[in-house]
Amino acid sequence: MSAVIDTHGHEDHGPKRGFMRWVTTTNHKDIGAMYLWFSLAMFFVGGLFALIIRSELFQPGLQIVEPEFFNQMTTMHGLIMVFGAVMPAFVGLANWLIPVMIGGPDMALPRLNNWSFWLLPFSFTILLSTMFMEGGGPNYGWTFYAPLSTSYAPPSVTFFIFAMHLMGVSSILGSINIIATIFNMRAPGMTLMKMPMFVWSWLITSYLLVAVIPVLAGVITMMLMDINFGTSFFDAAGGGDPVLFQHVFWFFGHPEVYIMILPAFGIVSHIIPAFARKPLFGYSSMVYATSSIAFLSFIVWAHHMFTVGIPLVGELFFMYATMLIAVPTGVKVFNWITTMFRGSMTFETPMLFALAFVVLFTIGGFSGLMLAIAPADFQYHDTYFVVAHFHYVLVPGAIFAIFAAMYYWLPKMTGNMYPEWLGKLHFWLSFVGMNLTFFPMHFIGLAGMPRRIPDYNMQFADFNMVASVGAFAFGFTQLLFLAIVIITIRGGKKAEAKSWEGAEGLEWSLPSPAPYHTFATPPEVK
Amino acid sequence: MRVWYLLLALMAPNAMAAWEVNMRQGVTEISHAVYDLHMTIFWVCVAIGVVVFGVMFYSIYHHRKSRGAVSDDFHESTKLEIVWTAIPFAILVVMAIPATQVLVQMYDASDSDIDIKVMGYQWKWSYEYLGQDLGNGENLAYFSNLATPRQEVYNESEKNPNYLLEVDEPLVIPANKKVRFLISANDVIHAFWVPDFAVKKDAIPGFINEAWTNVPEPGIYRGQCAELCGEAHGYMPIVVKVVPEDEYVAWVENKRQQVAAARGITPTVASK
Amino acid sequence: MSSATAIRRTLIKGLMVGVAMFGFGFALVPLYDIICEIAGVNGKTNTVAYTGTAEVDESREVRVIFMSVNGGAMPWHFRPEVTEMVVKPGQVYNTAYYAENLTGRDLVAQAVPSVSPGYAASHMNKIECFCFEQQPLAGGQDTRMPLQFMVDPDLPKSVRAITLNYTLFDITERVMRESASR
Ligand code: HEM
Ligand SMILES: [Cu+2]
Ligand SMILES: [Cu+2]
Repeated sequence: MSAVIDTHGHEDHGPKRGFMRWVTTTNHKDIGAMYLWFSLAMFFVGGLFALIIRSELFQPGLQIVEPEFFNQMTTMHGLIMVFGAVMPAFVGLANWLIPVMIGGPDMALPRLNNWSFWLLPFSFTILLSTMFMEGGGPNYGWTFYAPLSTSYAPPSVTFFIFAMHLMGVSSILGSINIIATIFNMRAPGMTLMKMPMFVWSWLITSYLLVAVIPVLAGVITMMLMDINFGTSFFDAAGGGDPVLFQHVFWFFGHPEVYIMILPAFGIVSHIIPAFARKPLFGYSSMVYATSSIAFLSFIVWAHHMFTVGIPLVGELFFMYATMLIAVPTGVKVFNWITTMFRGSMTFETPMLFALAFVVLFTIGGFSGLMLAIAPADFQYHDTYFVVAHFHYVLVPGAIFAIFAAMYYWLPKMTGNMYPEWLGKLHFWLSFVGMNLTFFPMHFIGLAGMPRRIPDYNMQFADFNMVASVGAFAFGFTQLLFLAIVIITIRGGKKAEAKSWEGAEGLEWSLPSPAPYHTFATPPEVK
Repeated sequence: MRVWYLLLALMAPNAMAAWEVNMRQGVTEISHAVYDLHMTIFWVCVAIGVVVFGVMFYSIYHHRKSRGAVSDDFHESTKLEIVWTAIPFAILVVMAIPATQVLVQMYDASDSDIDIKVMGYQWKWSYEYLGQDLGNGENLAYFSNLATPRQEVYNESEKNPNYLLEVDEPLVIPANKKVRFLISANDVIHAFWVPDFAVKKDAIPGFINEAWTNVPEPGIYRGQCAELCGEAHGYMPIVVKVVPEDEYVAWVENKRQQVAAARGITPTVASK
Repeated sequence: MSSATAIRRTLIKGLMVGVAMFGFGFALVPLYDIICEIAGVNGKTNTVAYTGTAEVDESREVRVIFMSVNGGAMPWHFRPEVTEMVVKPGQVYNTAYYAENLTGRDLVAQAVPSVSPGYAASHMNKIECFCFEQQPLAGGQDTRMPLQFMVDPDLPKSVRAITLNYTLFDITERVMRESASR
């Protein structure tokens, strides 16, 4: 691969100065950075809510908040983390990295890109402001089942729906942009089957997003009509059916959970080969596995609804399909491990996060497999066991992958190396804190504690206390991450163009930090 | 204080139920079958985990640069890909067989001896014994409310061992009889869950669901609402009192008289 | 570069897929009803009178259990005339539900049927049912609402008991709103 850097001189393409630079920018690196900062801010807001939840659950009895506010906290925590933290972080990485990875000058639709981002702050300001409205904010869970979220919801639900619509439009536009970029902006020679895994995983994720976010928009529109226009989609009295809500929601919801993990798969598929100094094992099988996961994710949704009383044949179908989805997921794990096998490994911070990802995500996959067994799910469903499951796939899964990506590409973004010892400290504290928080939740759930309750019997007390201690440890550790990012932006050891010995890909042919405009003349890909 | 208690408990894990780490086995044939499924799939996961993580940690230890490992560059093997697609697939097929059997059993609610209508309300349960006429064509029915006092919730008095798991009027059913629950809700969705019976079914307004149990051992079994249903979702427990059959017959008769009298209805003679 | 048009085309295609999937979300509503009818999800039953006939199956007996539920704050007494019948598939039976308006106001109710087990729903044929229409009832009045039904002889052999439930909802406000807007 040859390195071609943007050196054309007819015009100075440096960024504008001041606040307006960020409002009007169409530069993919600026927009990517804004997404990442936004996501980090939301991560702290969602984290604050989580700590309120864990404080209340530290001991049996009501200490700090009332049940009604507790429900707002669980709901807002879920919504903010899913739609405000994890998704925008991946979109931010996509914005920053996809053009440089495929050797294109920018995103295909730069102005649309600016719009996609700027919808988000409005969306989440509205969402957060509902908490100050009469009757309080959303208190019906991030899954907002009708009729709790319609006939029985606080009046702010209309604003919640509006905020979700804005978020949805942002997501759809963002993913169309990514598809357009991948199909139209690749450097000559960058064939589809030569694309880096992160690009592949985002291509598939974008398709998922374009397919299912509109369905989410549909379901919240139906809610809006039920609440304000007298229809009865979800109201039995008028001939509707509350279970219909769940079917439509989870038709969106299950692919949504994969939307939050596929880009992580992509990231890990860059980092493990880089630090094992060995090419990714089974590149093409990775592509196929990711595609089949995406496909299967459309036909497993009712595994979230095993207890609603689906007929036996339906229950069996969804059980088998869900078990099946574990197979391609397993293939990915086996490929990563075989990539490490007979490599020459070193363990810098990105690699530590990636390794923890492989182990802990797999544990989450195991509990997923257990949940797939419908008769057993009757015991697990809506208990802390489910909470443990999805936090194992989302925290050391999605979020660790995001950390790994940040450490890995931060030298490229800032031109400086982060302080390695601080990175490692961040990793180990996060690792311990996270396991301390979420592992005991398996036990609490199996012992029979339902999720989404503000208070519990003493039989669940001890592990809840452990989980709360872990949560505070994990939460405060993340301030360290903020510090590391700021320190790295402000200075530190200069990063080389190829910041990591084993790093592969076009982005490493650019100087560090990468110039404001890159690949205006496409590089040659062999 | 609690920290010491924590440490102590860690040293004697069996001494305290609070450190329970596994699923309850429950008391019915179905709950035992579910427990067995749970353990089977758990050990399957452990076995896969040992192999997969074993290889991973072997590589992490032996194939590290600091030990002078030089990287290979093999990166493809269709044979391997087929093997590690086929083996998990086969394991899952085998796993699906007992899972299917148990599910079929759980779904067979025919031939019940007793039918009880279970209704979820914000935030309490009601139980109605179908066919137990009060004398005016209506069935014996009553509400079951949380009995834990507010002082315990707000830490103003010591908590009872059954904190939040106590009701004023439990559901009473006979032992060794097939009891069918016909489950619905009045307002929002709730879920009727008794872990010891492995019964969990959503209570959906406007629709009925069914579930069944057959409990061999008399005793008191506790559960909770398992679907977020609003503010007091955490405060609508389920308590089932299982009694020998003759005791059950006497209880129904007595309860019928009591409820009828309270509502000014002349009770008829026992119907069943 | 011709890529500008290609990009535009991708954008339009993407937006079209988005709009189509938004429509698909709504299409799930009727689709779901069709699936419900076939598979008996939630025990939804026929909403218009059944008109077919069938041969009586003398060899089988099926328990039919009648249940009533008051939805929301429905202030009526509402109960089946009998709680249980033993029926032969193919034969037509008559029974009824009683309702009494305990308030002093005139109210309109809608009964929503549901059958358990769900897959028996499509075999529970209602020939005459108060659930086909809205039920107005003046304050303090009571009424006997007839129900004529037949269990289909195609009912799977494994089903030996069917529960038929009606949930009664107060739809007075909705009816008033609709007639006001008309
Ligand atoms: C091996 C693959 C997986 C399987 C077989 C699986 C299976 C399941 C099942 C059956 C449930 C429903 C549990 C219940 O409510 O009773 C569930 C819940 C959940 N899963 Fe997974 N899962 C897998 C991977 C993932 C991944 C990769 C993610 C996201 C990154 C994820 C996120 C979630 C979430 C968020 C929920 C809970 C949703 C809620 O009710 O709030 N899962 N999973
Ligand atoms: Cu799912
Ligand atoms: Cu409830």
